[in-house]
Amino acid sequence: MGEASALTTYFNEMYQSDTVRLPYARLEDWTRSMPAELRQMKQAEAESLFRRIGITFAVYGEGGDPDRLIPFDMFPRVFTNAEWTRLERGIKQRARALNAFLLDVYGRGEIVRAGRIPARLVYQNDAYEKAVAGIVPPKGVYSHIVGIDLVRTGPDEFFVLEDNCRTPSGVSYMLENREIMMRMFPELFRENRIEPVDRYPDLLRRTLASVAPPKCNSEPTIVILTPGHFNSAYYEHSFLADLMGVELVEGQDLFVEGEFVWMRTTEGPRKVDVIYRRIDDAYIDPLCFRPDSMLGVPGLMDVYRSGGVSICSAPGAGVADDKAVYTFVPEMIRFYLGEEPILQNVPTWQCAKADDCKYVLENLGELVVKEVHGSGGYGMLVGPKSTAEQIAGFADRIKADPGNYIAQPTLALSTVPTFVEQGIAPRHVDLRPYCLVGERIELVPGGLTRVALKEGSLVVNSSQGGGVKDTWVLAE
Amino acid sequence: MLSRTADNLYWIARYMERAETTARLLEVGARIALLPSSGHGYRSEWDSLLQASGTALGFAHKYGDPVQRNIESYMFFDRDNVSSVASCLFRARENARIVRTALTTQVWDAINTAYQELRELERKPRSELELSRLTEWTMRHSAMVRGAIDATLLRNDGWDFLNLGYHLERADNTARLMDVKYYVLLPRVEFVGSGLDNYQWTTLLRAMSAHRAFHWAYGGEVTARKIAHFLILNPQCPRSLISCAYGTNEHLHRLARGYGRSTEAQSMARNMLAELQDGTVEAVFDEGMHEFLTRFILETGRLGHLVHEAYLSGDVR
Repeated sequence: MGEASALTTYFNEMYQSDTVRLPYARLEDWTRSMPAELRQMKQAEAESLFRRIGITFAVYGEGGDPDRLIPFDMFPRVFTNAEWTRLERGIKQRARALNAFLLDVYGRGEIVRAGRIPARLVYQNDAYEKAVAGIVPPKGVYSHIVGIDLVRTGPDEFFVLEDNCRTPSGVSYMLENREIMMRMFPELFRENRIEPVDRYPDLLRRTLASVAPPKCNSEPTIVILTPGHFNSAYYEHSFLADLMGVELVEGQDLFVEGEFVWMRTTEGPRKVDVIYRRIDDAYIDPLCFRPDSMLGVPGLMDVYRSGGVSICSAPGAGVADDKAVYTFVPEMIRFYLGEEPILQNVPTWQCAKADDCKYVLENLGELVVKEVHGSGGYGMLVGPKSTAEQIAGFADRIKADPGNYIAQPTLALSTVPTFVEQGIAPRHVDLRPYCLVGERIELVPGGLTRVALKEGSLVVNSSQGGGVKDTWVLAE
Repeated sequence: MLSRTADNLYWIARYMERAETTARLLEVGARIALLPSSGHGYRSEWDSLLQASGTALGFAHKYGDPVQRNIESYMFFDRDNVSSVASCLFRARENARIVRTALTTQVWDAINTAYQELRELERKPRSELELSRLTEWTMRHSAMVRGAIDATLLRNDGWDFLNLGYHLERADNTARLMDVKYYVLLPRVEFVGSGLDNYQWTTLLRAMSAHRAFHWAYGGEVTARKIAHFLILNPQCPRSLISCAYGTNEHLHRLARGYGRSTEAQSMARNMLAELQDGTVEAVFDEGMHEFLTRFILETGRLGHLVHEAYLSGDVR
């Protein structure tokens, strides 16, 4: 999203006119007591810590330094316990509904039969995997790690921007940001009572173990499947494998024999029960999906179907986080859970609908337009920030393929104080918490706060110049 | 452990050791080049070094005549040269990045720091970089990595694979360095025993950081026999062939015990060690130093292949 218009007022999470909001109360003194030199020293220290740990990030298609760091801002983002409790209920509710939807559309399709969501949107969807129709994964869970992107526009107004049901990334930043803050500013953690997030790897391991396949009758062997060390999220894959104490494997390390999946070890083959995969459906099994995939394991899907291995997230989970299906999540919550949604959707226009499309084309200058399957801030139009020429060009693209686009109003994202060259200034933020779904639904109190470091910018994606912050939830 | 992880660990060690050897080789070259003349002018010595490291063709293709500055660049910085210090460090770090989780922070830090500093060196003008500084830099970092491994790494099978890499690579490299001296650097038989001969031997010892140690152990004149004994048969010398053979045996033995299974690699390593334990300098010279070393290099290569088949290939059943 583009430059903030001068007329819009933004919710500042720390300052309300002249008063400091409660959760930030103790941070006021902290910033006051930190002279510029100390701040620069600390910032340099943080950067060298990140670089030494090796947390770097490669941006697709940008070339340049493969060891680029995502900028880390030391000013934390803080939630009160009450704020978080409400968010937590909303997030868990959404994760439950999304999983119920997945189980349903690969089963009897009740929600479609009931006419609550168009059949075309589900069954003609590119992310709908016919190959898994009829499969009930262990505990009925398709999406085991649900990343829900939230923005805030007021004290009590939160909107869900999008759901990530496949393999949401960034949780390693949540954990490392906290580690680094605790190392650099231990006094802050003594003065504020901050809920810890370091249980996450343990909860993730337990979640994965809880969905072991039916044929597994002992302590399950869990692995993380990565596309390899050239992937931009490789650091995260190895980080999580390390914290959970499980092997990090590539497709070439696994093979199928008999009714099981095995990994190649120095002591011979070892059976694998649960695969937390960080590669896309299309690459999992060349026999079932893309035959040219070098990343996957031939025959894996057969073993999956016959209950010899669990795959997390389950193949096909992507149909729930599609941007067109997103519109119907509140409907899913009502349909499956019989509850009212706690977290609101951003109003969304579907260009596939003629009326919506007309409205979008007439108001392109004020809207944000996204591709239905796009991610990472690529291929989108930010109306208020674009030139007339760019808008006209985008209008042609929408007319050519309306079904590929959705549009939303430009949201007034909240701001959090952020260290900038001149001192401290408000910058726009969003939030991605990571909800774990297995036998139980778990959410650690925290998440990844992304911040648009450029003045006025509303784009928080790290590929577009965004940074990250530590996210605090205060204990009661 | 995953076969691929074991493979990565093994190659981290091999590349680190190889980087160090290339630096040592450069030092041998630089010292020998300080001699006024050895019959063909100093150029031929540099050429011999390129031949010894197996990079002569690649160099000739890129630069033509062996000019010292070019050779230094080629053997230290050039990524086209697979044995250059930069190539080796780069690949050691790449392997380490893949298996970050099998390393301690200290080991990763040591390898990554070497890599980050190398990237800074690459940006400096070559004229500001003395060769001696570059070779010392390499040995210092190689020692830091080695030290971090010894001081912090869990003594599990991963540690064995790292050490197998080190010992196999070192055995190969020591044999090659000796062969350079004996076969390549001294092409004409009338030089044997001459002042030049002794100077070259001494340089070789220096390059192996074994000059002082040699004098403590043997004393008196530097002779080919004493040096051959020191570098081949003396278990006190950390880079001698027999020390490397003890090392490979120890770690293969630990693996066999840990996994409850012995392989062809263990028997071959045992045989190689037994031959060195029973060996004498006379026997080596009777066979011919070059012939002996060539055979040793081949056998080390075969042992490496057996280790690959038994543990690293992933085809173990």
